[in-house]
Amino acid sequence: MSFFVGSNMYAGYGASMILNGCDIAVDKGKIAVIVGPNGAGKSTAMKALFGMLPLQKGSVFMDATDITTLRPEQRVIQGMGYVPQINNVFPSMTVLENLEMGGFVRRDDLSDTISDIFDLFPILKTKQNQPAGELSGGQRQQVAVARALMTQPKILMLDEPTAGVSPIVMDELFDRIIDIAKTGVAIIMVEQNAKQALQIADTGYVLVQGENKFNDTGAALLANAEVRQAFLGG
Amino acid sequence: MIDVANAITLLANYIIVPSLAYGSQLALGALGITLVYAVLRFSNFAHGEMMSFGTMIAILMVWLFQSIGISIAPLPTALIALPFSIITTIFLLLILDKFVFRYYQSQRVQPVTFMIVSVGVMFFLAGFIRFIIGTSKKNFADGERFIIKASEFKQMTGLAEGLSIRTTQAITVIATLILVTAIFWFLNKTRMGKSMRAFSDNEDLALLSGIKPERVIIVTWMLVGALAAVAGTLYGLDKGYKPFVYLQLVLPIFAAAIVGGVGNPIGAVIGGYVIAFSEAFITFAYKRFLTYLLPDEWAPDGLVQLLSTEYKFAVSFVLLVIVLLVRPTGLFRGKTL
Repeated sequence: MSFFVGSNMYAGYGASMILNGCDIAVDKGKIAVIVGPNGAGKSTAMKALFGMLPLQKGSVFMDATDITTLRPEQRVIQGMGYVPQINNVFPSMTVLENLEMGGFVRRDDLSDTISDIFDLFPILKTKQNQPAGELSGGQRQQVAVARALMTQPKILMLDEPTAGVSPIVMDELFDRIIDIAKTGVAIIMVEQNAKQALQIADTGYVLVQGENKFNDTGAALLANAEVRQAFLGG
Repeated sequence: MIDVANAITLLANYIIVPSLAYGSQLALGALGITLVYAVLRFSNFAHGEMMSFGTMIAILMVWLFQSIGISIAPLPTALIALPFSIITTIFLLLILDKFVFRYYQSQRVQPVTFMIVSVGVMFFLAGFIRFIIGTSKKNFADGERFIIKASEFKQMTGLAEGLSIRTTQAITVIATLILVTAIFWFLNKTRMGKSMRAFSDNEDLALLSGIKPERVIIVTWMLVGALAAVAGTLYGLDKGYKPFVYLQLVLPIFAAAIVGGVGNPIGAVIGGYVIAFSEAFITFAYKRFLTYLLPDEWAPDGLVQLLSTEYKFAVSFVLLVIVLLVRPTGLFRGKTL
């Protein structure tokens, strides 16, 4: 079994089911990317994996432990990090304070982690005393990712980290995400920019109607004619 | 030259010193309102009565101390009553939180509903306070009344105009300085204070980060209780305590919070002084001031008063409307209401 698994997940809002038996898995140091058309349940799958949406059926395992019933903040303590798609920073607080709040559950000294993060995102070091709300879109996304890294998570979940940033910034963010994976963190990412995201993916999931439609390595999905035709615009 | 000195003394005596004191009281009140708005996300109309409650406790303690002969003359006895007032007010707010506000929090009601709940609490507290201490005016300022008397000042400087500074005014300004500094230090430097700001900024992300909302809310009510007790007691000490006045006080306090930018603590403090100084500058009769400065033949016949003092609440209203029209987020970019 993989390090982190969501298996046979059924979930939805009220009577309408969004996820219909979706499976997601990722190993340490690997990147899993979830792509699919609008309304396929990508973000819902992320919420279900993180415990923000209760599963009606199915379960979530981390390190072979069942964490299906844990609340999101308990999962953070267990080693999960989550970067929401929107409103993912504390806008009136400085970059440094954002990081401190990211590590709120930790009682030990945060300075080592903060300096590691500043090595990873050098721009944040120069902007550390500026309110996060005054940064550019790309920099703000870096703050959002950095905030989630403060708990030194074993698995990092990113909900469309490149939404609304320029292509150059997107490439840079993807590079950073690869760097993070190299340190042994498992990464699950939902992406609109499917082609670029699949290029860095170890595993790709194409979600349609809340079910796994295709499930292969990123390169294989990119090479798959049917996937290209239907989901990647030829 | 003497004329200019006289004119400045006149302004200092009638505008600057009283407005600094009144502005401090408004600033403390507005800070309380802004904290509730930032963290609990509703307009707390009961804040005036919370201040009134704190003042009532302080008065009861002052009477107790006076009856057993404890005093710290020349300072007013109210200063040693203040800690008791703060603790009791905090206790009251925590009870209100547990039995009233907590329920609506768990129901995730609209801010408007919450506001109406606070109006209910306001009426309850108003009745409760009148039940205990009555409706008549109470003076509880004792000790030395003046730091500088107008007559002494005149003798000292030889000016025609006197400057008087009352002990209560000086205490108000100093206490505000200490309390505001402490609150800002708490909000910006401590883990708990930062988590309060984080909760105010982005509640969902704060929850994801493991910040516990119950603790944030309790600490907020404790800060608000301390602020309300001190603001109310200082106001009562300075101007005499009358329960009804605290109902009227809610308007300039809200105006201060909104003018400064509701939800923004710095804005609340600045807003308090803006309101106080505007009220004073607009309702002041400039006749004597101009007589000093202008050549004799230009001296004005009328009072040269823009608005009579009975209308001073209108000033906060007008300022409120102007700010909402021109800059709805307030001077310091708070949240929009």
